[in-house]
Amino acid sequence: MQVPTQKMSSHHSAANESKTRLFAQTIKNHIRSYSMVVALVLIIGLFQILTDGILLRPLNVTNLILQNSYILILAIGMMLVIITGHIDLSVGSVAAFVGALAGILMVEHHVSMTATVLVCLLLGALIGAWQGFWIAYVRIPAFIVTLAGMLLFRGLTMVILEGQSIAPFPKSFQNISSGFIPDVFHGDSLHIFTMVLAALLSLLFLWLEIRKRNEQKKYGFEVGHQAVFIAKLIGVLAVINLFAYVLATYEGIPNILLILAVLITVYSFVANKTIAGRHIYAIGGNEKAAQLSGVKTKRVTFWVFVNMGVLAALSGLIFAARLNAATPKAGNLFELDAIAACFIGGASAYGGIGSVSGAIIGGLVMGVMNNGMSLLGLGIDWQQAIKGLVLLAAVAFDIYNKNKSA
Amino acid sequence: MSEFILEMRGIIKEFPGVKALDNVNLKVREGEIHALCGENGAGKSTLMKVLSGVYSYGTYDGEILFKGEVCKFKDIKQSEQLGIVIIHQELALIPYLSIAENIFLGNEQAKRGIINWNETVAKTKELLSKVGLDESPHTLVGTLGVGKQQLVEIAKALAKKVKLLILDEPTAALNEADSENLLNLLLELKKQGVSAIIISHKLNEVARVADSITILRDGKTIETLDMKKDHVTEDRIIKGMVGRDLTARYPKRESKIGEVIFEVKNWNVYHPFQHERKVIDDVHLYIRKGEIVGIAGLMGSGRTELAMSLFGRSYGKKISGQIFKNGVEIDVRNVSKAIEQGIAYVTEDRKGNGLILMEDIRKNMTLSRLNKIAKWFIVNENLEIIESEKFRNRLKIKTPSVFQKAEKLSGGNQQKIVLGKWMFAEPDILILDEPTRGIDIGAKYEIYTIMNQLAQEGKGILMISSELPELLGMCDRIYAMSEGRITGEVDRYKATQEGLMKLMTKTRVRG
Repeated sequence: MQVPTQKMSSHHSAANESKTRLFAQTIKNHIRSYSMVVALVLIIGLFQILTDGILLRPLNVTNLILQNSYILILAIGMMLVIITGHIDLSVGSVAAFVGALAGILMVEHHVSMTATVLVCLLLGALIGAWQGFWIAYVRIPAFIVTLAGMLLFRGLTMVILEGQSIAPFPKSFQNISSGFIPDVFHGDSLHIFTMVLAALLSLLFLWLEIRKRNEQKKYGFEVGHQAVFIAKLIGVLAVINLFAYVLATYEGIPNILLILAVLITVYSFVANKTIAGRHIYAIGGNEKAAQLSGVKTKRVTFWVFVNMGVLAALSGLIFAARLNAATPKAGNLFELDAIAACFIGGASAYGGIGSVSGAIIGGLVMGVMNNGMSLLGLGIDWQQAIKGLVLLAAVAFDIYNKNKSA
Repeated sequence: MSEFILEMRGIIKEFPGVKALDNVNLKVREGEIHALCGENGAGKSTLMKVLSGVYSYGTYDGEILFKGEVCKFKDIKQSEQLGIVIIHQELALIPYLSIAENIFLGNEQAKRGIINWNETVAKTKELLSKVGLDESPHTLVGTLGVGKQQLVEIAKALAKKVKLLILDEPTAALNEADSENLLNLLLELKKQGVSAIIISHKLNEVARVADSITILRDGKTIETLDMKKDHVTEDRIIKGMVGRDLTARYPKRESKIGEVIFEVKNWNVYHPFQHERKVIDDVHLYIRKGEIVGIAGLMGSGRTELAMSLFGRSYGKKISGQIFKNGVEIDVRNVSKAIEQGIAYVTEDRKGNGLILMEDIRKNMTLSRLNKIAKWFIVNENLEIIESEKFRNRLKIKTPSVFQKAEKLSGGNQQKIVLGKWMFAEPDILILDEPTRGIDIGAKYEIYTIMNQLAQEGKGILMISSELPELLGMCDRIYAMSEGRITGEVDRYKATQEGLMKLMTKTRVRG
């Protein structure tokens, strides 16, 4: 009996060739994220020149982090929402509502900071659960549910604040947003603890990368050229330490940067390495196929919105702390900045594609542009218009790239 | 004027790294039905895209003569103006528009931009009677079955004054009665002078309606045969397509049948939206170890609904009945429970329900049982690559690596991923719903071979198919289904196509 298979012979001999192709494929898969990093570097370079070097001054770098932290936190949560194929328009209002609650508890009722933060995060989770319920179980489109939420929570914010701002917050609370990690070594002109942390981080990074490479070798995979690997390590270490040095010549590491770093690490890990992360991507890629593969699609969608609620609450707390006031106007248009950050960072409007690092890069592109244009004295009107064009250009570039590779 | 309505000469079309068409010639006579056959990836669709102008003039080499005149199409519009109309496998109708609106979409009966609805409806009626579709022009297309939608597509082509009709796998999604109807329509249109090119994997249909046939393999024209003069048989076509004789279309297997591994009793399922409608009515069935059991049923018989309701109640409402595995009743109230109990369901709709097209082979393969390669909920990606690579090799998925995105692969390779995904889950019972639909003969044979291996390993297999020869070739035992009921159970050696068809069309005695 003959077996009608074709082209069997060429299959085994081409092992080496396929490895190089595999390498090219991985490069190709990452070209999108690389290209946004390149774009970010170019934008930073451009404004560095235009502002005569003010952009990267230690004070300004610190400001950049403080100014953008709450959008970046929202963008992390929004990225997961967008990957599952949904959207959340309510995060700005939720942030305002939570900030208002924090003001009432801490300023008017003198509740302790820890208790307030816990209550506020819990409220965020409840709001997320409320919206997640309608979206995941009743299957009302997220656009509508969160549009309703946007109105609902903005309204409630004004109700509980009675249209007034509440201020000032206790110093300890303000510190979340404006404080720095203290220098235990008491350096004079240089924040020594920052440099120590940078060194520790460098070592950790080295250890992880080398372990990863050895692991891959153990499994018998092609690992790429040693020289390329070393060059990459040196590059990353240089960036970490240079960045730390810039911060160290000012006040050191802002508390908020630490929070951000932890969030980025944890969420990247969850998205890329865990079963939960896989399920989130699978739902966005093809919900029916995911469901028929045993993914509990409703439950996962529900929890993605709960998570978004918690992050929106955190963002609201940080914004209130930075402003040192709870105001009815807080968080206005935050949702649009967060969504724009995700799309600039490579998310697909149809779901299934995107990454946490992409959301951060997208957020930074917007943040650097805001900051740079402000330094140049460009009005808010022009900033808005230019940001709109950048969003469009980023997505157009993305689609152009996809068509080219298809 | 020459006797050929269409001549394509020396067509060469290259994509980066691949020569998709290598000096292809195709000649279609005026007023004939010309079949285009070849395995998936042989270049049939690419050739049709060149012809219709999807690939514009200049992106390929060679020349196209239509009615003796050289054509240089820049886009589809230009080829349609000459009367070349393609009907794609995935129908391009808009479900929320009426039949009349669909037929004249882009070709509106209008004066100065204002549509004349009376004329539109009148012309639609005329066209519908031509294609034998008894529906009002105002009916929404979305409410029609696939078979009727196909007829609307043909009416739409007729409205464009079609001279050469190209049908890409027109019967792939149709049941036998609708297929029959469509083929008869083609023969009818031929009498009225419409030439046609038909791409099909169903060789019995080709043998029935085609006047001549061109066979492509690996982007080259292998031969053009005259169906009558050359006495073309199905086996002759297969020989041309695969380049060798196919002595057996179904690989042999020594059945080693053991104990009953899976049993369903008193299974009843209601429609998810129409709560009074019983879709599955008191079904009993069993599968033994190492056995391949078939379900023969026409479209609408409830076969997919049965399979999906068994698989973690992923279809239907008010489900009642019992499922036993190795004699013990099991709880499969959702899909993940079903997977835990060792049940797998390979869907009939690989693009819609089976694959995440934007993801690579690796992530698709492992999705249904990630915990097999995870520790503390963290996926070991290195292990994942090794495991998925193993199945890629075993299933002979033709790609350089497991990092290939599923959307870039041919139907046969996609089907193998879906199968591999469920083999990765290590089930004891596999429910295969139309496992070889729309894939080429080589890939079919490979899938049959894998099924036999799985049966030999002692798994129980339930195979749903509309192709009776396939069921007769593969199964140990066949259930026939009609109107949601099991209407018969036949042993492999006693089963005939006629006998099964009788059971499949057996309707309930009313009154």
